[in-house]
Amino acid sequence: MMRFILPFVVFVVLAVFLFVGLNLNPREVPSPLIGKPAPAFVLPQLHEPQKNFSPADMKGKVWLLNVWASWCVSCREEHPVLMGLAQQNIVPIYGLDYKDSSAEAERWLQKGGDPYVLSVTDTEGRIGIDYGVYGVPETYVIDKQGVIRYKQIGPVTPDNLREKILPMVAELQAK
Amino acid sequence: MKRLLILLFFLLPTFALAGEAQDMAADPVLEKRMVGLAEKLRCLVCQNESLASSHAELAEDLRREVRELMQKGMSDQEILDYLVSRYGDFVLYDPPMKKTTLVLWYGPFALLLLGAGVLFLQLRKRKSEIAEPQLTEEQSARAAVLLAERQDSQTQPKDTQA
Repeated sequence: MMRFILPFVVFVVLAVFLFVGLNLNPREVPSPLIGKPAPAFVLPQLHEPQKNFSPADMKGKVWLLNVWASWCVSCREEHPVLMGLAQQNIVPIYGLDYKDSSAEAERWLQKGGDPYVLSVTDTEGRIGIDYGVYGVPETYVIDKQGVIRYKQIGPVTPDNLREKILPMVAELQAK
Repeated sequence: MKRLLILLFFLLPTFALAGEAQDMAADPVLEKRMVGLAEKLRCLVCQNESLASSHAELAEDLRREVRELMQKGMSDQEILDYLVSRYGDFVLYDPPMKKTTLVLWYGPFALLLLGAGVLFLQLRKRKSEIAEPQLTEEQSARAAVLLAERQDSQTQPKDTQA
């Protein structure tokens, strides 16, 4: 009897490992920035380039930093979700316009609507590197102390908004 | 207006750096060192390519970053640490030894030892299973006859050969 049970158990264990592996997304690289202060930057605003914005301005508030670009296809997918979130006034969304031309970025926001309190322009992608951006769109949840609490790689969807981002925001706002 | 001028003044060094970085690309020694280091790094966009061989825009930006960091006088190790602090261990093709990667490093050896152990136990079990069968007197008498016959037939051809 043992002769059959042992190979069977080995098979089941292997099958479970392979099945779990099949469902993992290799694109979701865990960010080492979770729990660390959001990297500092001072960047010009998209709409008013003479004005700057820095994460330091947001001390005491929970906010979202959404990395986007007019050339980014998945950003179109998440755009309505961000628009809906912005209307609910739960948490301010700030945009980081990544490696984009300001003219095209402004045109895209005019056409599709602007969910951001403001966007800053990272034309050369240097701040993107500090934030470990490798696939736009990416969204960071940043707490009152300016610490990154969560990173959403890929588009914000109604699902991950409801299950991850909003509960996290509510918890951080209550603190 | 005054503020804008001040801002532009502070932005000047960034522009200067960008210009220099392009010049450095022409420096073959630094370029070779950069490519050598970039071969140890993974491009995060096209995950099975190294930073050196990838044509993704992010890879180009990261190569520029590495070049500039080298120009600033950072050692290779410092640059690796710089990138790991932003992108995690995943950027390294050679995963570092730490608690979470112990299985990765020692797992294959553990499996090998396990396999050797199972083999050893199986062989020992089999050895004990092939025990000398108990023969009745009649059977052993027959066996003796058969063995004697076989010995005869074996020795005969040997004699003829010799």
